[in-house]
Amino acid sequence: MGLMSRMSTIFKSKVSAALDTVEDPRQTLDYSYERQMEMLQQVKRSLADAVTSRKQIELQKVRLQSDVDKYQSEAEAALKAGREDLARQALERKAALATQMEGLDGQIAELKGQEDKMEENARRLETKIASFRAQKEVIKAQYTTAQAQVKMGEASTGLGEELADVGLAVQRAQDKTERMRARAQAIDELTDKGVLDDALAAPVEDPVERELRKTKASQQVEDDLSALKAKIGAGDKQ
Amino acid sequence: MIVRILHEGQYEVGAVALAELRRLDDELMDDLTRGDEAGFVARRDQILALVRSEGSMLGPEVLRESDLVLPPADLTLEEARSLFTEQA
Repeated sequence: MGLMSRMSTIFKSKVSAALDTVEDPRQTLDYSYERQMEMLQQVKRSLADAVTSRKQIELQKVRLQSDVDKYQSEAEAALKAGREDLARQALERKAALATQMEGLDGQIAELKGQEDKMEENARRLETKIASFRAQKEVIKAQYTTAQAQVKMGEASTGLGEELADVGLAVQRAQDKTERMRARAQAIDELTDKGVLDDALAAPVEDPVERELRKTKASQQVEDDLSALKAKIGAGDKQ
Repeated sequence: MIVRILHEGQYEVGAVALAELRRLDDELMDDLTRGDEAGFVARRDQILALVRSEGSMLGPEVLRESDLVLPPADLTLEEARSLFTEQA
């Protein structure tokens, strides 16, 4: 079986499960309509969640940046006082924090993308609801004719599909938001505890990649240190 | 035939494009079986691009049942794999 038919089978079973609960076709219409309104609320909640998470991550970025700046000026002060060992320590902390900041822009962009999708979902659903509300009353009025019953079946299934589709979109968006929130929280906890060696290692599982990161970070420390030395040296000459 | 791309909308697609879709779908399954992530992503995008270019999109006010349901544009290999372990 191909992926398309598999997807179709799973999806259609979700649609019929959602519609099977009601016996009288006329009730199905009202029930579907209520479900749509509920779904619209869910989409809007999911949108609000994504916005909240994005703002949290943006705040976290600001916080990390101010810590990075703080360690940088500590390193400079230490070097001026002739304490290269302390300067190195501060720069190591700075490098660890910088590693944490790397993925944040990508996450912010991803959440923004989700917000756009949810907004689009909400707009599409609102149009469907309006269309369904109009058709529903017409169909109900003609309920006795066989043709109207067929139409009702079609409208309900079409609507059921839309509900299942949007429901799935909301669920996937929430899962993603949840994962990002968990990661942001993990970073906060690590930096709060000051466990910076762990912080450097935390987001990467692959040992090779972890070593590469560490190498890159210690290279960064050396570079920063020489840059600082050059800067202070230049200051002395003036 | 009416084809739905999840999270995107419905398209009316002709028989020629449909045959091409089925062929690409077989290849997509091969990518999935081999665990070829790059191939999977390329094929997935190719399939969706075909529907968008060959099909005509139904307006949001249309309420009709789909004959075929395609995965969303951002479906990952991992998610596709779990579709085959999930109960239909």
